[in-house]
Amino acid sequence: MTVQLGDRPMLDPQVALRPERFGALAYHFGNRRLSFLKHPDLVTVVRSLDGRTTVDEAFDTAGVEERRRPAFLRALATLTDSGILTVEGDRAA
Amino acid sequence: MPPESGSPAPSAPAVAPQPPAATRPLVDEFRLGLDAPICLTWELTYACNLSCSHCLSSSGRRDPSELSTEECFAVIDELQRLQVFYVNLGGGEPMLRPDFFPIVEYAVGHQVGVKFSTNGTFVDAAAARRLAGMDYLDVQVSLDGATAGVNDAVRGDGAYAAARQAMDHLADAGFGAFKMSVVVTRHNVDQLDDLKAMADSYGAQLRVTRLRPSGRGADTWEQLHPTQAQQRDLYRWLLDRHDVLTGDSFFHLSALGDPLPGLNLCGAGRVVCLIDPVGDVYACPFVIHDEFLAGNVRGPGGFTSVWRDSELFASLREPDSEGACVSCGSYDACQGGCMASKFFVGLELTDPDPECVLGNAEPLLAALAADRDAVAPRPSQDHGRPGVPVPSPVTLRPTRRVRV
Repeated sequence: MTVQLGDRPMLDPQVALRPERFGALAYHFGNRRLSFLKHPDLVTVVRSLDGRTTVDEAFDTAGVEERRRPAFLRALATLTDSGILTVEGDRAA
Repeated sequence: MPPESGSPAPSAPAVAPQPPAATRPLVDEFRLGLDAPICLTWELTYACNLSCSHCLSSSGRRDPSELSTEECFAVIDELQRLQVFYVNLGGGEPMLRPDFFPIVEYAVGHQVGVKFSTNGTFVDAAAARRLAGMDYLDVQVSLDGATAGVNDAVRGDGAYAAARQAMDHLADAGFGAFKMSVVVTRHNVDQLDDLKAMADSYGAQLRVTRLRPSGRGADTWEQLHPTQAQQRDLYRWLLDRHDVLTGDSFFHLSALGDPLPGLNLCGAGRVVCLIDPVGDVYACPFVIHDEFLAGNVRGPGGFTSVWRDSELFASLREPDSEGACVSCGSYDACQGGCMASKFFVGLELTDPDPECVLGNAEPLLAALAADRDAVAPRPSQDHGRPGVPVPSPVTLRPTRRVRV
């Protein structure tokens, strides 16, 4: 699925993040999927996604410049597909 | 131990590398080693009711100095602090430990998920219900043939029936998608479609792993390992079936073309390791040998100190610099193959994998066979039960397809 700048995804409560040089390991205890977050900035973004913060705001907080945002959006979409992030209805217009 | 309970990345879960592009390829990060393993294999006991002819840990008898329940809990506490998200428990037959369930429950209660390998003998209806009631638990039932004839020739009389009964119980108990775990041999490789159908019939996932010449496998590998033609068939079969798990153990086949999914590298001492029943830490489940012993969890600093400070692991995390493989065009695909397989057939670690799909090991193996003075390393320990015969696969002929 796609993730948009106005979405307010949430890091699934069953997910644990383990910091690494390259970023982090993310493990979902429910579906037992391991994912690799391959950039420290992506970890910062994911950690700030609490269901109330928009993706746009999370990018600002983490200092993700405009040119990097498409790649980050794709990363967030993949994380959503693997259950690391959940997106409730609540899409900003 | 159930030979398939570990692999370069034991039981690697579905892995989804995430963009954006990292500064360094992830595989290079892993080659340098992480501060803690991604996952590890932990053989809980050398006790086993079976005597499989390819057992990686030469299991049979319980070691009197195996870790106590309290020591196991302490290891789990450490793994929780290190955020090792799951362990592959094996043996021997782990369910032979009287404290098997308390250890599993302690682990899953401390954010260390459990995947455990069993031959199924002790998975009765009650045990299946207990397992089905637990979160964060995966079960792998070992089966090395779609028929009793093929399976029991390697795992012993009655092993097929026991595994089928265990899977019946797990399905009846509503466990969900357990794993059916198969070590690929010359004799069962033609049965993979049948094994897949059998797993599907249980709602289970098929997991296939590579045979290693480790433990008792040192004596049977020559007769059991797939032929080159079978390896090529297996590669194509796996490429078409991404729903079949491999524990990333067939990365040496990636030299045949497109890489197989997963981490195509040897994770020994870098992202995985083995803890044996007495707390010894080895580089991977396939090298229970003094040369690959990094330390013991009972030592000062525990497991963490072994993982971070052992000289052996430090050396495994250094870049490869020599050997025939580094200059081979397929090196990026296969990374030189499996360290354990090379070691136990008597090759140098910088030599090609003995099952190199390009045939690069064959002159070396022929030279070893011709050299009367060449002695391949023997496993450093044997927990086999005296007087208990090990099934001999030597007389078995390759089978034709059989319906299950």
